[in-house]
Amino acid sequence: MAVEIERRPLIVERTEVHRYPASARVNHWITAFSFILLTLSGLALFHPSLFFLTDLFGGGANTRAFHPWIGVVLALSFSVLFVRFWKHNLWNRDDTQWTKQIGDVVAGHEEKLPELGKYNAGQKMVFWGTALLIVVLFASGLVIWDEYFHGLVSIGTNRLAALVHSLAAIAAILLIIVHIYAGIWVKGSVRGMTQGNVTGGWAWRHHRKWLRSEVKGDGDGH
Amino acid sequence: MASYQSLDIKRRSASTSTPPVVRSTALEVAKLIDVSKCIGCKACQAACLEWNNLKEEIGVNTGVYDNPHDLTPNSWTLMRFTEWDNPDTGDFEWLIRKDGCMHCADPGCLKACPAPGAIVQYTNGIVDFVSENCIGCAYCVKGCPFNIPRISQVDRKAYKCTLCSDRVAVGQGPACAKACPTAAIMFGTKDDMKEQADRRITDLKSRGFSNAGLYDPQGVGGTHVMYVLHHLDKPEIYAGLPKDPQISPLVSAWKGGAKLFALGAIAFAAVGAFFHHTIVGPNKVSETDEENAADLAEEGAQAAPTPETRAL
Ligand code: HEM
Ligand code: SF4
Ligand code: SF4
Repeated sequence: MAVEIERRPLIVERTEVHRYPASARVNHWITAFSFILLTLSGLALFHPSLFFLTDLFGGGANTRAFHPWIGVVLALSFSVLFVRFWKHNLWNRDDTQWTKQIGDVVAGHEEKLPELGKYNAGQKMVFWGTALLIVVLFASGLVIWDEYFHGLVSIGTNRLAALVHSLAAIAAILLIIVHIYAGIWVKGSVRGMTQGNVTGGWAWRHHRKWLRSEVKGDGDGH
Repeated sequence: MASYQSLDIKRRSASTSTPPVVRSTALEVAKLIDVSKCIGCKACQAACLEWNNLKEEIGVNTGVYDNPHDLTPNSWTLMRFTEWDNPDTGDFEWLIRKDGCMHCADPGCLKACPAPGAIVQYTNGIVDFVSENCIGCAYCVKGCPFNIPRISQVDRKAYKCTLCSDRVAVGQGPACAKACPTAAIMFGTKDDMKEQADRRITDLKSRGFSNAGLYDPQGVGGTHVMYVLHHLDKPEIYAGLPKDPQISPLVSAWKGGAKLFALGAIAFAAVGAFFHHTIVGPNKVSETDEENAADLAEEGAQAAPTPETRAL
């Protein structure tokens, strides 16, 4: 039948679960905003066809000058985020199972997956991946930050750093695309980071173990 | 700097458009530096400062003749002095090389530069930095196999020898060539300079320098500044002149076709995400999920779940 009927009960109970305190939200959005700015200013220098992006920053020289400073903001902000979140991102058996069932994940068959804690394996991979890449980007970025650090290492190291920085940047951008799309696809996620809470149903569906521990009262709310 | 008619642009940094090719009859020029005739007087260095209106800071003497000690944003050419004991003859030789941009046929600086039109190569072979387009990133420094460009800490622009493109455009030779008292610096078409070099090399060979030859390294497609060396077999003894200069493979990898591949991967990820959503649809929380959560919360609060919601 081409028409589906959905009957809605008149009264539906609603629950809300606290997911992120304001400090974590602010921390996240500073990180996200600097990442976007870094992507735009970095890609402007990456390929001639994207040089027009320098107009967003007031020209090529300004883009060149701002980019590394935004990188410093990102590195500081992400460090705080890392200290906040790393414990929740440790790998466990459920994550291995989840990864094996990636087909069900992508198809949205969540009922077939194990119950999950605060984060799923995909989120954990994005977490550790970006952490590693930001370290690499920061280190290689300092080497090619000619304005302040020229001549500190050999020209060969400089060339290597430029290559590594651009490769790591592409990898990081790809990871962030996955991260952003996951937020768009899984409805009800964004409010966790904008308002601090999610609906109980969202938690039940995607992070049931976490919901159970929150209900018991031993979640720390972060 | 604008392009003069005799200085049509052949290549332009970070540009994908095709340069004009119809009027491509310009002869390639070259500067020939005959190291065997140089007396180290630095008249060329002075002429360069004067013509280009540059002032070098007063430096310190560290016991060598090199002055300043390295190329700088103000010193686009520099005499490098080397004292060398020739093991074959036992002779002491004073090697004096005029360092500066080689005006490569395949310039690493231009390949690396991310700013459109900050580096251009004219049809006559001169490689020129166009300061108004330069963003000061120092990628050219990484690209150059000869360690030539210098970034000014005052205006963060890259500087190097222009081969006096402004003089050449109006039919003059470079200021350094004009000033050289021994005619160790010559200027003309590249073909003429090669012929001239041949005559010098024959002469040097007849006087015992059996390895004399012309330094016109093919690893960078040849250069528009060439040296006559008495010891072409050992260019490194001339203050580290590279034996087989090439654009570093790291720079080629960094600036190569992989860039387009990377942009393609980013576009693919974004488009892929769009179509995933189109095919699978949003991952929505159902009312049942909400009910279950409410039940769980009520259980947690030690309250009995309400039968109506359970029935759903
Ligand atoms: C974490 C600290 C970072 C620092 C210190 C840093 C520093 C730099 C520097 C110094 C440059 C050379 C251009 C210039 O002079 O501004 C550069 C280029 C670039 N950066 Fe970063 N960066 C950082 C993070 C990032 C991030 C997170 C991204 C994006 C994901 C990124 C993407 C790029 C790209 C695409 C380029 C151009 C590379 C090329 O043309 O090959 N950077 N960065
Ligand atoms: S510093 Fe060098 S590479 Fe960078 S824009 Fe200027 S000329 Fe181009
Ligand atoms: S010597 Fe260096 S600066 Fe000069 S053209 Fe060659 S690569 Fe460019």
